[in-house]
Amino acid sequence: MRIIINTEKCTGCAECIASCPYTAIEIKDGKAFINEYCQFCRTCMSVCPEGVIIEVADEGDKQKAGLSEYLAAYQGVWVFTEQREGKIASVAYELLGAGRRLAEELKTQVAAVLFGASEDAARELISWGADKVYHCGDPIFEKFNDEPYAQMLMSLIKDHKPGIVLAGATALGRSFIPRVAARLKTGLTADCTALEIDKETGNLLQIRPAFGGNIMATILCPANRPQIATVRPRVMKRIEADHGRKGEVVPVDAGNLICRTKVIETLKETSECMVNLQEAEVIVAGGRGMSNAKGFGMLEELAVLLGGAVAASRAAVDEGWIPYIHQVGQTGKTVCPKVYIACGISGAVQHLAGMQSSDIIIAINKNPEAPIFNAATYGIVGDVNEVIPVLIKKLKEGKQ
Amino acid sequence: MNIIVCIKQVPDTAEVKINPETNTLVREGVPSIINPYDLHALEAALQIREQTGGKVSVITMGPPQAENVLREAVSMGADEVRLISDRAFAGSDTWATSYTLYKAIKKINYDIILCGKQAIDGDTAQVGPEVAEFLNIPHIAYVRKIDELASGTIRVQRLMDDGYDVVESSLPVLLTVVKEINTPRFPSLKGKMAAKKAVITKMDMRAIGAEEENVGLKGSPTQVRNIFAPQLKSDRRMLQGSVEEQVTALVKELRGLKCVLS
Repeated sequence: MRIIINTEKCTGCAECIASCPYTAIEIKDGKAFINEYCQFCRTCMSVCPEGVIIEVADEGDKQKAGLSEYLAAYQGVWVFTEQREGKIASVAYELLGAGRRLAEELKTQVAAVLFGASEDAARELISWGADKVYHCGDPIFEKFNDEPYAQMLMSLIKDHKPGIVLAGATALGRSFIPRVAARLKTGLTADCTALEIDKETGNLLQIRPAFGGNIMATILCPANRPQIATVRPRVMKRIEADHGRKGEVVPVDAGNLICRTKVIETLKETSECMVNLQEAEVIVAGGRGMSNAKGFGMLEELAVLLGGAVAASRAAVDEGWIPYIHQVGQTGKTVCPKVYIACGISGAVQHLAGMQSSDIIIAINKNPEAPIFNAATYGIVGDVNEVIPVLIKKLKEGKQ
Repeated sequence: MNIIVCIKQVPDTAEVKINPETNTLVREGVPSIINPYDLHALEAALQIREQTGGKVSVITMGPPQAENVLREAVSMGADEVRLISDRAFAGSDTWATSYTLYKAIKKINYDIILCGKQAIDGDTAQVGPEVAEFLNIPHIAYVRKIDELASGTIRVQRLMDDGYDVVESSLPVLLTVVKEINTPRFPSLKGKMAAKKAVITKMDMRAIGAEEENVGLKGSPTQVRNIFAPQLKSDRRMLQGSVEEQVTALVKELRGLKCVLS
């Protein structure tokens, strides 16, 4: 399939150029033409006033020989369940929930894949929605190294041919899953925020933000299997654990795995409250309005009270008030907690890109015109140094 | 050390918006820039060269106008630049892009390949690790510091979700870097002069030895089906009254949510 412009009829009006998200259209000699940046999103087709941008099928790729047999050989939904130090990441439970929903629609089964951790941890995944758990407890998986993780997952996929593979869009998942997709020559969609099944074809519709969250795109992987997606933590709903669920743990042998990296040590950020922003249900974030590093001490107290984590805008990180690992936004982390409290953050589009999908956003800012209020569920106009101590006091009163 | 830096020309995404009425992109006057993370990769490469000697080669895959970002790379200090460009590359997804870069990189000598952690238009963070897999070399993603570099090994700090790991790797290796790793330098006057005169090596599909069925749309397992505007919240409530009253109202609302403040 290709998108072409009928140059004979093109008036060179340039409407299509303004519509193209990929800078893929240029005007040459008064006519539009599509360059190699084209991603076939078809946006230009709908805006062309002359209707001269059309989609044409390439000869030969209409039907890959034996395509339907190939696709039919790949069945089932797999969830890569990530662990750190033997503990299953919370995104893994969310993906099991999402996997169940997809599997029921496709009338197939859910398998979890667990590297490292104990057999008990593997068995526990059954109650969270897995019908089968492929578990490799080899010590090589204790620490995260990309190569053995990728090779092991590849070999399991080759042996068992799942139709869909989901993994968390975490530092770990986003690092090693691309190797798997590269080697297997299949599609990988990063950081999905929604997954659906196309009723007609049974293909996985993978929905994800692009352009720093300014645009959403639906991605398909129609002719290669498995369809692999990394999924953003905290956007899928986990199902209730059912300890009576039946399932099977399949122990897997690691065999010979190549590993040319070595984890020397693992260091946690030392902070009283948690720093893993993508797992936090409540995030208290500070911006330039916090005035100094001391202001963040106050936010930490608030975060501890709410059982949450502390985040920051780029402005606060650039000032050196808090380390980069806490930064939320286009150049930091993307988070989606249940509650996001933005304190003294003006709400630049780059910051909004990292937090606007939070369930509830509370904005505290002394400038009533600050753009953060446009994204907020609740807004308080006031000085953070005045508002937050009162909030801390009220919350403490409630706890007694 | 010979270092390759992969860079990408991207639209300045902070400026890209969707028109909610027509569901099309408004990108009038949106400038094209070097992907910001790639500047940090280039800076890291230049610092390694200062320490060990060697050569910094920069490559980009893109349309002819991507030449601009290569000239910018020369102005910062890159020794040689290559533009991988062919109409056949149209429609490349991350798989086809990685394959194409791999084919081009295979023609160059290297000890280390550096990439930005992701490009700000696609935000996938996939091309770096995929290139490493194609080349059959290890990679380390989200590198925030290079601790030590000796002949044959490198030790770096890798950012994880809950802290960081100190990781050692044999060379050659591919690293993707985060912004924390350094502050990119500004082009020098001498660099700007060099950029004007720089010879850009252009390579097409045949020159890199890529197979047609693996590049562009044909080589891309994924397709973009459609794009649309994200939905914005419309349930905003500004709280009223004194600070005390506003906070009281907020705490009441928060208590209504079972998830917090149980």
